[in-house]
Amino acid sequence: MLEHYLSLFVKSVFVENMALAFFLGMCTFLAVSKRVDTAIGLGIAVIVVQTITVPVNNLIYNNVLREGALSWIGLGGADFTFLGLITYIGVIAAMVQILEMTLDKYVPALYNSLGIFLPLITVNCAILGGTLFMVERDYVFGESVVFGLGSGTGFALAIIALAGIREKMRYSNVPPGLRGLGITFITVGLMAIAFMLFSGIQL
Amino acid sequence: MKKYKDVLFDPIFNNNPIALQILGICSALAVTAKLEPSIVMSLAVVFVLAFSNLSVSLIRKHIPSSIRILVEMTIIASLVIVADQLIKAFAFDVSKQLSVYVGLIITNCIIMGRAEAYAMQNPPGMSFLDGIGNAAGYSFVLLFVAFFRELFGSGKLLGYSIFTINTEGGWYVPNGLFLLSPSAFILIGLLIWAIRSWKPEQVEED
Repeated sequence: MLEHYLSLFVKSVFVENMALAFFLGMCTFLAVSKRVDTAIGLGIAVIVVQTITVPVNNLIYNNVLREGALSWIGLGGADFTFLGLITYIGVIAAMVQILEMTLDKYVPALYNSLGIFLPLITVNCAILGGTLFMVERDYVFGESVVFGLGSGTGFALAIIALAGIREKMRYSNVPPGLRGLGITFITVGLMAIAFMLFSGIQL
Repeated sequence: MKKYKDVLFDPIFNNNPIALQILGICSALAVTAKLEPSIVMSLAVVFVLAFSNLSVSLIRKHIPSSIRILVEMTIIASLVIVADQLIKAFAFDVSKQLSVYVGLIITNCIIMGRAEAYAMQNPPGMSFLDGIGNAAGYSFVLLFVAFFRELFGSGKLLGYSIFTINTEGGWYVPNGLFLLSPSAFILIGLLIWAIRSWKPEQVEED
């Protein structure tokens, strides 16, 4: 049992890395990777949001939306899966808003440095993507906790790695037109090619 | 008058959402392996972005700022469902091709980003134009990348053969790398290089 969870964790961190294997959450990935310390802050925020929203959506899916889930109040034939998207995004938006208010109150420095990218975690495809993968693969509650934690960690690792490369790149002589965003795109392209090596690994 | 023109055309080259503002990149990578889904995707984004900006702007004075994200997401999700239903009703074949991508418009950060950064502060008419302009800037990058990826990756455009590929007796050996997502990153990187060489004021000072 423990082995199963461990292999799921490793798989969701490396083999199925949200950012570099599925290209989800790219906007924040590129915009907030200028400095390692902001990247760490955002990485932690993503891990927290992901670890909360995936299990919460798992509970909602299994106990409310899924076909036959409401049989205990006599709605055995009801199938609310078509409401999935709007429900998941509602849960995610609420969690992000709570996180935003908490950070604003207790860690204002991090709140200010994340700027517009904190509300944008709501529309970080990695978060919604994590929930949709969870539904598609039919994870039980325990698995969804591990998967949420793992995929969040994978995203955090990728963004910190990219931030490290970009900090080093400041010392190199990049052509003027490519400076900043352009060279970042090409770097991520090369990182993604490297991460394709993981894609065949079975655990 | 000039103000309206600026709002509409600035986002295409001067302030492009993908090349300068870093918004909406996920779907730019996901749908651009072929030209046709990119065109339909662009039209859907124009519709959703224009009307989400308009709606958010109309009720901007009544939204309490602490729950604004929830309100904006509800508006966007409803519009995406409308767009999805419209495509299903009038172009069923295309909707089958696009099923996943249309849902992904909800998490396209251009839409959320424009609602937060522009529609919350500006009157409805301007916000509507801003939506169309930004969606046009997004579409420009999407179609540019899709054009090169389909042409060099499979020798076709919109499904018609342009280069006859070698397995069908032609001369062109398709470059499989163009069909994989990393190539989209590199193409967008080169596009940014081109735009910034043409408009040097966009160059970043590290």
